[in-house]
Amino acid sequence: MFLNFDFIYDMGVKLLLEKAHVEGIKNYDVYRREGGYRSAEKALKTMSPDTIVEEVKKSGLRGRGGAGFPAGMKWSFIAKPEGVPRHLVCNADESEPGTFKDRYLMEYLPHLLIEGLIVSSFALGSNDTYIYIRGEYAWIVDILEQAITEAKNNGWLGKNILGTGFDCNIHVQRGAGAYICGEETALLESLEGKRGNPRIKPPFPAVKGLWQRPTVVNNVETLCAVVPVINMGGEEYAKIGVGRSTGTKLISACGNINKPGVYEIDMTISVEEFIYSDEYCGGIANGKRLKACIPGGSSVPILPANLLLKTAKGETRYMNYESLADGGFATGSMLGSGGFIVLDEDQCIVRHTLSLTRFYRHESCGQCSPCREGTHWMDRIMRNIEYGKGKMSDIDLLWEVQGNIEGNTICPLGDAAAWPVAAAIRHFRDEFEWHITNPDEAQKRNFGLAHYADPFLNITA
Amino acid sequence: MGDLVKVIIDNIEIMVPPGTTILHAARMIGGEVAPPTMCYYSKLEDSGGKCRTCLVEVSKGSEKDPRPMPKLVASCRTGVMDGMEVKNITSERVLKAREGVTEFLLINHPIDCPVCDQAGECYLQDLSYAHGKDKSRFDFQKRVFKKIDLGDKIQLHMTRCIMCYRCVFVADQLTEKREHGVLDRGDASQIATYIEKSLQNDFIGNVIDVCPVGALTDKTYRFKNRVWFTKPVDAHRDCTNPKCCGEVRLWMRGDEVYRVTGRIDEWGEVKDASNGKPGWICNECRFEKKRVSDWVIEGPTNVNRHSVISQGHYVGLQKPQEPLPKVLHGRDPKILLDIHDVSGVNKPNIHLSELKRPAHSTDFEK
Ligand SMILES: Cc1cc2nc3c(=O)[nH]c(=O)nc-3n(C[C@H](O)[C@H](O)[C@H](O)COP(=O)(O)O)c2cc1C
Ligand code: SF4
Ligand code: SF4
Ligand code: FES
Repeated sequence: MFLNFDFIYDMGVKLLLEKAHVEGIKNYDVYRREGGYRSAEKALKTMSPDTIVEEVKKSGLRGRGGAGFPAGMKWSFIAKPEGVPRHLVCNADESEPGTFKDRYLMEYLPHLLIEGLIVSSFALGSNDTYIYIRGEYAWIVDILEQAITEAKNNGWLGKNILGTGFDCNIHVQRGAGAYICGEETALLESLEGKRGNPRIKPPFPAVKGLWQRPTVVNNVETLCAVVPVINMGGEEYAKIGVGRSTGTKLISACGNINKPGVYEIDMTISVEEFIYSDEYCGGIANGKRLKACIPGGSSVPILPANLLLKTAKGETRYMNYESLADGGFATGSMLGSGGFIVLDEDQCIVRHTLSLTRFYRHESCGQCSPCREGTHWMDRIMRNIEYGKGKMSDIDLLWEVQGNIEGNTICPLGDAAAWPVAAAIRHFRDEFEWHITNPDEAQKRNFGLAHYADPFLNITA
Repeated sequence: MGDLVKVIIDNIEIMVPPGTTILHAARMIGGEVAPPTMCYYSKLEDSGGKCRTCLVEVSKGSEKDPRPMPKLVASCRTGVMDGMEVKNITSERVLKAREGVTEFLLINHPIDCPVCDQAGECYLQDLSYAHGKDKSRFDFQKRVFKKIDLGDKIQLHMTRCIMCYRCVFVADQLTEKREHGVLDRGDASQIATYIEKSLQNDFIGNVIDVCPVGALTDKTYRFKNRVWFTKPVDAHRDCTNPKCCGEVRLWMRGDEVYRVTGRIDEWGEVKDASNGKPGWICNECRFEKKRVSDWVIEGPTNVNRHSVISQGHYVGLQKPQEPLPKVLHGRDPKILLDIHDVSGVNKPNIHLSELKRPAHSTDFEK
C-alpha cells in the first residue's frame, strides 16, 4: 500500500478541526464515539497535575490569544499558597477585529473546549473554572451550557471525577460587549462584577487573579490544543511546525479573498501559499491584486504586499510566529491572534486605518491618559485626513501622538491602538500624502495599488 | 521591618525599607527628584497608575538582576529592589513621555483658569508650567459636559476632570460602600452622578480636597474669592463626629472664613492629624463652620514660597507700630471715610463668606 505523503502535506495536519464536520459532533455521544474525552481519561487516570504541566511545557504550545506566551510556562508560575483556591479562566471574549476562530471552535466543537478545560483545570487545581464569553456570542452560551450538562451527566464534571477525588465545575459568564474585557485583568474585574478596567500589574493573575486568588487565563484555542498535546504527548506535538512555532494554529481569514473562513495550519506554509492556494484562501477575490494584509488581528502592524510575501531580506515569509515578526516593526508584523485580513488593490489604507482608530477610541477603557486622550486625538486627525481636511503636518503629528501612547499605558490596548497607525504611516505614507494633496479626488477614488506590490528595496543607510 | 534596601534615583542614593515604591523613595529625597503625581494619593488604597505623569526609567532592575526595564514604569505603583537605579529628571525618555502625558491631559481640558476656583492651587496648572508645551497642537473642539450639582454643597464640572479616579476612591473608601462612579468608556468616560447619592455621607466633601483640578469645587466658596487673596490658617475644633479629625485649614480674608479644607501637605495630600486620625474632615466642619469663633486658631499655615498663595503671606511679618495713638497722645483717630460704605464693590450688609451658596453678580450690586 502506498502512503500518499503529498496528500498529507496538502491537507496539513489537523489536530483541532479534524472532526469539525462530523455530523452531530456537537453532541456528547458522537464526540465520545469519535475519540473525545480520551485526553481527560488519560490525564486524570494516569497523570499527575505536574506531569501534565510538564507535557504542555514540552509541547512548546504558545498562547493563542495574541501574545504567544508559552502556555506551560504560564501554568508553572501559578502560586500555590496553602488553603487558597485557584482558578482557570477561559478567555472567550474574542473581539479583536478580524478574529473569529474561537467562535468556530465553540460553535462546532464545544466538547473539545470542555475536554481541554477539564484537563487544564486538573493540572492547575481549579475546582471552579470560568468561561468568560463575548456578550455578542449569545447563542454560543447555550451550546456551551448544553455541552457542560452532558459532560456532567457523563461523569466528566462535578464531584470526584472518574473517582480521582478531583471536583470541577465550569461556569459560563457573558461579557457585556466591551473589547477591553478580553484583556485578562479587565476580564477578571468584569468577572468579579466590576467595571472592566485593566488592573495595574504587578501583581499578575498567577499570584492575585480572580478574587485575589492565583489564576491562569488562557485563550479558547490554547485550551483546546491541550487535548491533542495530552493525546499525542508533548514531544510529538512539538514535532509539528517549526522552531518555536509548534503544533497547529487556527487562522481566521477574511477580507478580499475567495474563501474567507477558519483554517488550521501547521505553521510551515508560506504566506503566499496560504493566500493563493485553493486549500486555503483561494486567492484574491474578483481577480484583483493583493495590496496589503494585517496578518494577526487588527492590533498588529499592516504590511504592504511586497513585505508580506517576502521579508526585507528577500526570504519567503511563512505563517508562523517568528517569520511574520521577522524585521521587527520596521518591516515585519506579528501572528497575533491569527485574524488574517486581506486588502486588495481597491482598498484605501487611510480609510481602513480610520476604521481602526475609531475602534480603539471607542474601546479604550479611559483609565489612563495616553490611551484615553491619544486614541481620541488620533481618530480626529484620521477623520480629517480621510475626509479631505488634512494638513501635511497632520502625518507627523499622528506619528508623534502614537509614539507618546506606545509603551506608556497600563495595558496593551494603548500599544494596539498605536501600532496600526504607525505601520500605516511607515509603509503607506505616500497614500496619506496623496489624500492631503488631493483632497477632492480622494473623496471620489482610491489611491490604488501604486508601488506597494513592487519588489521591496532594502535601503540601508 | 527588614533590612533597608539601596536605591539610586537621579544619581542620589537612599536607603529605604523594602516594599517602598519608587515614588516614595523619590519623595524622601524630595525636590525635583520626586515625580509629579496627578492620580496617586497615598491615603487612598488602589489609587495611582492611571495618569502616567509619574513615569520613570528603571535603568538597572536590581543588584541581582541588573537588566533595565524595557518600558517606563509608573513610579507610584512600582516597588524598589535592592540596587535599583532609577532615572527621573535625568532621563530624556522620561521628560519626553511626561511632556506627552501633559499634552494629553490638556487637550480636553478647558483651560478656563481665569474663571476656575481651583486656579492657584491646581496641580494641572503646575504640571503644565513645568512640563507642558507653550502652544497647543490640538485643533479640535474639546469635549464638554454639563455642570452637575452633587447636592447643594459640591459642584462637578466634568469638563475639567482628568479622570484621576481619586474622588471615586474617596466615595468607595470613606463613604458608604460604593463601587465606582465612572460611566462610559474612553474619552467619553465620566465621573457620573452615582456619587450624588453618597452625598448623604458625612465625608463626601473630601472629594473636593483630593481633586487635583477644579472639577469638584466647594459651592459655599464658589466665585467668592481667589485663593491667593485668602490667607490660610491652621485651626481645630472639638468635632463630635468620631471619624473626623477636626483639624482644618481656614482660608480667611480679614476676619472672615471663606473656606474650610483639610490640611494639605507638600505632595498635595491631606496630612494625618496630630491625634493620629487620617486627615479627612466631615462635611459639618467643612461647610457649616464659617465663623472664626467656631475654631481654635493655631496660627498661619506655612506656605511654600513658590506658591502663588504665598503672595499674601505674612508668617514672621514684623508689624510696624501703630503711630497714630502715639502722636495723638492716646486718642483714637476719627474715621472720616468708611470705605465699606462708599465703595462700589458690594453691599455693606453682605458678607460673602457667610453666603451658603456661590456668590452671584447680584451680590455685588449696590
Ligand atoms: C485589549 C486586549 C484585548 C484582548 N482580547 C483578547 C481576547 O478577546 N481573547 C483572548 O484570548 N485574549 C485576548 N487578549 C489577550 C489576553 O490579555 C491574554 O493575554 C490571553 O487571554 C492569554 O491567553 P493565552 O496565553 O492562551 O493566549 C487581549 C488583550 C488585550 C490587551
Ligand atoms: S491602555 Fe487604554 S484600555 Fe488599557 S488601561 Fe489604559 S485607557 Fe484602559
Ligand atoms: S472629578 Fe477630580 S478627583 Fe474626580 S476623577 Fe475627575 S479630576 Fe479626579
Ligand atoms: S501618579 Fe503615578 S500614574 Fe498617576
